[in-house]
Amino acid sequence: MKTEDLIAAIAADTASVGPSIGRRTVAVLALGAVIAALVFAGLLGPRPDWRAAVETVRFPFKFLPTLLLAVGGIGALVRLSRPEGRIGVWGGVLGLAAGLLGASVVVELTVEPPSRWATLMIGHNALHCLALTPFLSIAPLAAALLAARHGATTRPRLTGLVAGLAAAGVGATLYAMNCTDDSPLFVALWYPLAVAIVAVVGARLGRRLLVW
Amino acid sequence: MTSGRETTEEIWTGWMRAAIAGDGRAYRDLLEALTPRLRVLVGRTLAKSGAPRADLEDIVQETLLALHLKRHTWDPGQPLAPWVWAIARNKTIDALRRRGRRAEVDVADVADLLPAEPERDPTEGRDVERLLGELGERQRDIVRAIGVEDRSVRETAERLGMSEGAVRVALHRGLKTLAERWRRSAS
Repeated sequence: MKTEDLIAAIAADTASVGPSIGRRTVAVLALGAVIAALVFAGLLGPRPDWRAAVETVRFPFKFLPTLLLAVGGIGALVRLSRPEGRIGVWGGVLGLAAGLLGASVVVELTVEPPSRWATLMIGHNALHCLALTPFLSIAPLAAALLAARHGATTRPRLTGLVAGLAAAGVGATLYAMNCTDDSPLFVALWYPLAVAIVAVVGARLGRRLLVW
Repeated sequence: MTSGRETTEEIWTGWMRAAIAGDGRAYRDLLEALTPRLRVLVGRTLAKSGAPRADLEDIVQETLLALHLKRHTWDPGQPLAPWVWAIARNKTIDALRRRGRRAEVDVADVADLLPAEPERDPTEGRDVERLLGELGERQRDIVRAIGVEDRSVRETAERLGMSEGAVRVALHRGLKTLAERWRRSAS
């Protein structure tokens, strides 16, 4: 078949194009987040003392890096879903999440005596955090990868990793409502480990699923 | 950047917007205008990696199909060219990778043993011909009728005793299947 013939066939295919990649990604991920939220509500729910906890400083602060991770991850995912896309400003948002976490550790180290550091860091829920954050990220990760498959990334592994970050942002935000360890020393150790698990899974799946 | 180049870009971008709105004529103009540029770009990438030019037209054709099926990933607020080149580059690298994987026998070593290839039209794709053979009969007939025989959707529908809508659906599915097979093909 000659190239001009192929062009004629392509040009005759006037099937409608559908929603933009950005809108579609956000919609599909929102669906994944709703599923994860339902699973969370059904199996875990917020910690019993959450009404008192929201009055503290540490508990609400946990959501800042997790939400920034979700927002930065989704933004970066939309960008990378285009063949010529670069992460751009969304890398800054992801960096801000990490920076805030780092800064909160410094503050915590100055206000807490060294004798308490180890206790705060190890906390009570480390294994929960490592298991439940990835578990709650499953539906968002499936959604993120599905959305990215519809796109056309030229960097499947990186895009899969970013899909993992976005999903883990959702999963960690939900888990944080249940988790009773609020010290930045705990959050800055165990949450990133849980996020890394999801990101690695995302990158591995991305390599397989995001080629087109 | 010269102003002439900017104008070309603007024309392309305008054609693509019209194409997405359903203008088949503008779409054809655009793809025909892009093709020689794609040949240059793909040829340059092949030369850089020391690969033979034999695959050039196949890669150009695969790129054209990818542009079509991934056109929703173009942001209408952005210039078209960088998006096109990114897809072409990606498809060329994929083709080189596939070639690397199957390059167990260097053709040059056995060239003497192979019958001389008959002269062929350099714009003739080999992959697409083989992959078309793997499509269902109906889809293949429709892609051929509209592509090779240059018939309209309506003519094709009349000839095959189908509705125009059914022809459109079969054409779209046929092109999609073609792209999927292309990606998976070892050749």
